[in-house]
Amino acid sequence: MAIRINGAEVEAPEDARVSLLDLLRERVHLTGTKVGCNQGACGACTVLVDGERVLSCLTLAAQVDGRSVTTIEGLAEAEALHPLQAAFIDHDGFQCGYCTPGQICAAAAMLAEVAAGAPSYVTADLTAERVPLTREEIRERMSGNLCRCGAHNGIVDAILQVAAERAA
Amino acid sequence: MSRIQNAIIGSVRTAIGWVPAQWLPGGTPDPLIGRNAVIGRQASRLDGPLKVAGKARFAAEIAMDRLSYAALAHSPITRGRITRLDTSAAEAAPGVILVLTHRNMPRLNPLPLISITDLGAVGNSNLPIMQDQVIRYNGQVVALVVAETQEQADHAASLLEIDYAAEEARTSFHDAKATARVPASILIEKNHLSVGDAERELERSAHHVDEVYRTPGQNHNAIEPHAVTVAWEGEALLIHDATQMIAASANAIGKLFGLKKGQVRVVSPFVGGGFGGKGLWDHQIVAVAAARLIGRPLRLALTREGVYRIIGGRTPAEQRVAIGADPEGTFTALVHTGYSIMPPYGACPEQYTLGSRALYRSKSFEVVQRHLDLDIVPNTFMRAPGEAIGSFALESAIDELAHSMAIDPIELRLRNLPERHPTTGVPFSQHALGQAYRDGMKRFGWERRSATPGMRREGEWLIGMGCATGSFPYARMPGANIRLTLRRDSSATLSCSAQEMGMGTATVQTQHAADRLGLPLDAITFELGDSALPAAPFAGGSSQTASLAGAVVAAADKLAGELLRLAGNDSPLAGLRAGQVRLAEGSVVSIDDPNRRESYGSILSRAAREEITVAAAGSPPIEFLKFAIHSTSAVFCELRVSTVTGEIRVDRLLGSFDCGTILNPKTATSQLKGGMIMGLGLALTEETLFDERKGRIMNASLADYHLPTHLDVPAIDVIWTGIPDPRTPLGARGIGEIGITGVAAAVANAVFNATGQRIRDLPITLDKLW
Repeated sequence: MAIRINGAEVEAPEDARVSLLDLLRERVHLTGTKVGCNQGACGACTVLVDGERVLSCLTLAAQVDGRSVTTIEGLAEAEALHPLQAAFIDHDGFQCGYCTPGQICAAAAMLAEVAAGAPSYVTADLTAERVPLTREEIRERMSGNLCRCGAHNGIVDAILQVAAERAA
Repeated sequence: MSRIQNAIIGSVRTAIGWVPAQWLPGGTPDPLIGRNAVIGRQASRLDGPLKVAGKARFAAEIAMDRLSYAALAHSPITRGRITRLDTSAAEAAPGVILVLTHRNMPRLNPLPLISITDLGAVGNSNLPIMQDQVIRYNGQVVALVVAETQEQADHAASLLEIDYAAEEARTSFHDAKATARVPASILIEKNHLSVGDAERELERSAHHVDEVYRTPGQNHNAIEPHAVTVAWEGEALLIHDATQMIAASANAIGKLFGLKKGQVRVVSPFVGGGFGGKGLWDHQIVAVAAARLIGRPLRLALTREGVYRIIGGRTPAEQRVAIGADPEGTFTALVHTGYSIMPPYGACPEQYTLGSRALYRSKSFEVVQRHLDLDIVPNTFMRAPGEAIGSFALESAIDELAHSMAIDPIELRLRNLPERHPTTGVPFSQHALGQAYRDGMKRFGWERRSATPGMRREGEWLIGMGCATGSFPYARMPGANIRLTLRRDSSATLSCSAQEMGMGTATVQTQHAADRLGLPLDAITFELGDSALPAAPFAGGSSQTASLAGAVVAAADKLAGELLRLAGNDSPLAGLRAGQVRLAEGSVVSIDDPNRRESYGSILSRAAREEITVAAAGSPPIEFLKFAIHSTSAVFCELRVSTVTGEIRVDRLLGSFDCGTILNPKTATSQLKGGMIMGLGLALTEETLFDERKGRIMNASLADYHLPTHLDVPAIDVIWTGIPDPRTPLGARGIGEIGITGVAAAVANAVFNATGQRIRDLPITLDKLW
C-alpha cells in the first residue's frame, strides 16, 4: 500500500505519530499545505482526500494509506492555474497568502458538495435537490477556514465567479 | 521615553516651526502627484501566482540538509523559581540531540527594547532569555528540545521533569492601579497634556458625558505561527525568519551573539501575517543558540499555544472619556485618561489617547495615560496600537453625548472639527474628515437611521445604525535605503530589505518605480525580504510604503544626476543640472523644454555601460514635525440584534477614508477591509482571557479565541476621498492600520441605536445585552 499524493506514490511513514500535514510539509516537501493551529481550528491545512476536504493536521498519515491526496500543488494541471486559483488573484482573495491554499482546497471541495446537493446550516429548503449557491451559503460553508488578513469578501467573490462560470 | 526626550523633541519641533516649509522634505509637493500612470491602477498583486499555487516559501518551509527540529517547554507558573530540573528522560528519548535549559544556554545580554530614538533596538522584552532559574511570567520559555524529527522533539519535551516554587505574582489589573506609573512620554508625544482646566469646564458645561470604557487583551493571531529555520556556517549565521523587521533583527542578533556586521543574514520574503506581532522575541534567540551548539541547521516553529505564551498581544485597557459641551454642542472639555499594562521590561505604551489629541477642537483638554506593571508576557504593538481601542472610548462617548443632546452624532462631530491640529496648533498637511463623513452618509443612507433607539424591528431582530471616526497618524521612518540598477535595455531593479506580509509591498513599489522612472510595469523588478540587501526600516506604524517611497524618490534623483553626468556634452541634455530634468518615458527629459531629452538606452550605450547602479537613502522624515499629518475615516455600521438570543449580526459596514493618494485601489481596498474585519473581531468576538488568579492565558488556541469567520463578515464597502497629501511622497499616507480604528465604536453605537443598550465593555457578546 502507499499514499497517492498528487498522482505520485509515497510510502506511509514508519513513525505512526506523523500527521498527513507533517508528511506533506516535512517529508515530501509539499509546503503549499500550511500549518496554522495543528488542532483543526483554522483550516489552513485543508487538503482533498479522494476529492473530499479534510484537515490534514487531524489526519494521521497512516489513515490515508491506499487513498488519494490532492494538495494545492496538485489542484491544477501542470503549470496552469486552477480556475479557483486564477479567480483568487482576480478578486484579491488573499493578502499574506498563508491561509490561501487551504481556502482554495476547501472551496474546490465545497463546490463539489453543493453540486452533490448537500445542504448546510443556512440552506432554507433542506429537501431541495439543488442548493442555490448564495453568498451566505458560501460564507457558511467556508467558515472553517480562518483568514486574519481579512480577504473574506474577495474569497467569496472568487468562489461565486467560478461557480457562475461552471453553471454557464 | 524620558523627560529629556520630551525636551529634545519639543525644541526640534519649535526650531522646525520657524524653518520655511519649502526647505523641508514635502515642502514642495511630490511632482509625481497628478501625473502618475501606473500608480492608482488596479494592479493584481505580483506575487499572487506564487501564493495561490502554494509556491511562496515561508520561514518554516525551507528545506536543509541535516535539519533538526525543536520544541519549546513553557513555565506553567507565573512567578517563582525552578527548583528541580531533570532532563535525563528527555535526553534519552529517541532522536534527541540537545536539551537546552538555563544551565547550558550560552550567557547572553538582554535585548535592547524597541525604541523610537534607537532604530537598531528591536526587543519586545528585555528580560533575560533562559539565563537563570527565575520565572518572570506564565508561559516563559524554560527549555528547548532538539531532535531529528518534530515528533521526537515534541515527545521528548513532554518528558522534561521540572519543579517550581511559586511566589506571589502581580496579576490583577485592578490591584495594580494603586501603583500605576505615569510615563513622561508616549512614543514621541509628551504624555500628560493639560490645556485649561478641563475638570472645571466639565462641571460647568451645559451637557456632558463621563464614562469608563473597558477593552480586553487581544492577540494578533496571524495564521502563520512564528517560525525560524536557522543555519550556522562557521561564524556566518543564516536565519529564515517570519519577521516585520528584517534589517534591524539581523543587527540585533549579530550584536547579541558577538558577530561582525554582515555575518548575520535574515531572509524573510514572505510573512504569513504580522499585525505587529512578528518581531524579535525569545524563540529566535534560543533557536540561534541551539543551532550553534549542535552544529546543525534547526527549525523552531511555535505551536499556536506557544504563540500565545511568549508573543505578547494588545494590552487590556480601562479608559475614562469625559466630554463637556455648550448648548450648541461645541466642546468645552475633553478628558481622556486611562490605564493599560506596560511592564518595565516591555516596549509598547498602547497610545490610546493619541487620537483624542488630534481629532476635535475643545476649549480644554486633560489627557494622560497610566501604566500598570503586571507579571505577564509583555504586550506589544498590535494593529493600530492605541487608536484601535482609544477610538472605541472617544467615539462611543461622542455618540453618548449626541444622544443626550438629541443631536445627530455626525452633526456633533462636524461642529467640532478643527482647522489646525487642536492641541499643537500645527497646520494639517491635508484634512478632509468632513468630506469623508458627507460622502459616507450619502453612500450609506444615513438618513434612514432612526434617532430614537429600538425603533426598527423585523421579526425577532432589532436593527440599528452607528458611525464613528477613525484616525491614524502618518509616519515615515529614517534609514530607508534603496539600490537602483538601470540597464541599457531600459529595465530596472530596485532592492532593499523591506518586508512583505500581505500589504503588496513589491507590487505598489513596482508601480511607483514605473512612474518615477517612466518605464512600463514589466520593466521593473523589486527585490525585498533579505537583510543582505540595502537596509529598509521595519514594517509597522503604517510607515513602510511612505518610507520606501521616500527612498525611491532619493534614488531616482541620484540616478538622474548620474545619467546627466554620463550623457556628457554630446547629449541634447548637455548643460542641464539634476534639478532641471525629470525621468519620463524611458528618458531623461528637460523640464523646461521637453524636446531636449535622451533615452536611458542611448545614454548608457554612448557611455559604453551595460548598466548603472545608484544607492540612496530617503531624506530625514522631518515633515511630520512641521505639519500635522493624519489619516482619518468615517465608519458606518448597520446590524441586527436578536431579541431572543442577543446575538449580533453585522449586515453592512462602510469605511469612508481620507488617507491620501491610493496607490493601488485593488490592494488598498483589501488592506482597508482587512483592518475593518479585525475591527469587527475587536468589537464582537475577540478576547484574550487572562486568569487573574493564576496569571495564565486561558484560551491559547484558535478554537477558544474567536476570530471573525466568513459568516461573521458581510460585504464591506470602502470609499476614499483620494485627495493627495501635499507633504508626503506620492501624496500617500499609509493605510495598514486606519482600517481597524473607529470600527468598534461604530458597532457599539449601532448596537445602542438598535437596542438602547450602551455596552462600554468589549467584546459585545450576547451575555452583555439581555
